[in-house]
Amino acid sequence: MQSTHHNKTAWLYLLPAIVVLIAVGVVPIAFVIFYSLHDTFGGNVFIWAGGQWYAQVLSSAEFYQSVLRSLGFALLVLSVQIPLGIFIALRMPKSGLLTTIIIVLLSIPMLTPVIVVGYLWKAMVQPGTGLLYQSLYSVGITLDMNSTLWTWSVLLLMDTWHWTGLVVLLCYARLRAIPNAYYQAAAIDSAGAWAVFRYIQLPRLKLVLAIAVLLRFMDSFTLYTEPYVISRGGPGVSTTFLSHELVQTGLVQFDLGKAGAMAVIYFLIVIFISAAFYRLVMPKREVLALQSKGIA
Amino acid sequence: MNRRLAIFPLFYTLLVMIPVYWLITISLQARGSASESLVLSNPSLDNFRYILSEPDWYLGYVNALIYVTINVVISVSVALPAAYAFSRFRFPGNHLLFFALLMLRMMVPAILLVPFVQMFSTLNLIDTHIAVAVSHCFFTIPLAIWILEGFISEVPVEMDESAAIDGYSVFGFFRKLLLPQIATGIAVTAFFCFMFSWIEFLLSNALTTIDAKPFGGIMTRVGSVMSANVPLLAAAGVLGIVPGVILAIGIRHHLARGFSLGRVG
Repeated sequence: MQSTHHNKTAWLYLLPAIVVLIAVGVVPIAFVIFYSLHDTFGGNVFIWAGGQWYAQVLSSAEFYQSVLRSLGFALLVLSVQIPLGIFIALRMPKSGLLTTIIIVLLSIPMLTPVIVVGYLWKAMVQPGTGLLYQSLYSVGITLDMNSTLWTWSVLLLMDTWHWTGLVVLLCYARLRAIPNAYYQAAAIDSAGAWAVFRYIQLPRLKLVLAIAVLLRFMDSFTLYTEPYVISRGGPGVSTTFLSHELVQTGLVQFDLGKAGAMAVIYFLIVIFISAAFYRLVMPKREVLALQSKGIA
Repeated sequence: MNRRLAIFPLFYTLLVMIPVYWLITISLQARGSASESLVLSNPSLDNFRYILSEPDWYLGYVNALIYVTINVVISVSVALPAAYAFSRFRFPGNHLLFFALLMLRMMVPAILLVPFVQMFSTLNLIDTHIAVAVSHCFFTIPLAIWILEGFISEVPVEMDESAAIDGYSVFGFFRKLLLPQIATGIAVTAFFCFMFSWIEFLLSNALTTIDAKPFGGIMTRVGSVMSANVPLLAAAGVLGIVPGVILAIGIRHHLARGFSLGRVG
């Protein structure tokens, strides 16, 4: 399979996908880089601006603050959803109709259009009528969306509702592939639940957890639609995350140069984090493929 | 894993279902009479009837179905040969390319938004289904390649070799031998391309104005006024969830596979 003839065939098979991905991935990025290095005065007149937009973005406190907000939100999301997801997956029955029903039901939030998720949660916290508002009110707590703490809590709750199912699904799929013999051996050694988790289950969850962490990190780091609908970035700018800031600069203020520089920096952060995770995920990819063949 | 009744997963699932149930109860109420509580009184399907009879509304779903379908066709057809190449060949750069796919999946829609608007206006494609379908390819194609690669790798290489000996052409091999073997994989891939394109909002809304506007854009237009008709919006939301749930039941045993980019399950 190593011959040049085969290499050429491989590229031929890849060609259609590469062509489309260049058009929808590489070309737009090239545009963004072009904007970030030019100044424009309406129309299509672009003047070379060198690194001035980068200098402006990198010296703007708002930019750093929105990076920190996005990063903080993503880390909060991970710290809640990953342990919760593992915990639920560990307690799932290994098979059966009930398990299938739970899995389909837990997938429903993930299959819900994000705009619907946004409106649903906006309605949930509506003073007076919202279900979450009412429930909290009935126990003497007033949910106040003018408070930064409440708004962050609501967004965190919304995202947990939306995406914890992903962690459950991934961990559950991996856990059920652990042969019963492992548990029997553990029972003979009279290992406790913690020892079983620590020495049997957790090591086998590493790969899926890496994938779950990567997906959950990226999707919450780049969150746009839900905070846009639920809190409009407020109160103040307390939930104006990086994507929101970028869309504002690019499409609302139509400041292409600054938005371009922001987008390039944003993109570099994303590449850097993806690359770090790729090292975790890739070496074991082949191993996992072999394992799944063995089991199937 | 334990054999006892799964109290905690059941309890958590119940909690997750409460907002969904609430959404459904609101959608069954008339405007104004909405008590917006969990108890259903005088349910009626009027909101659904209204949406399904009002072109402004139902065309939003038709538009979304059109661009999602175009996207699925493009994604699966270009991803299939690519996934085959990743599964069967070791060529220079294959790891780098696989990484590039991951990066595209992680790409932020907000970064691509401005260039997409510019590109599609230059091509006169703003407010067309094809613009949305093509723009969604940056995440659906990598996803499709990753999922299909897993399924193809489960088919023994011996099948390819015997097909070559039997004198199958490349197309004959794909159509007569490979596709029937990975039919489930194609269905799972199509489902996830469908899903991720269906739930996306930012690009599909920004690249359309009237003729190709999806239901999400119509919901924002209706929902942004102060006196928004909440039960109607709730019904629109329920209709947005239904297709995914029906399809998800069909591929219920493969959900983990798609959500993990084809790496698990």
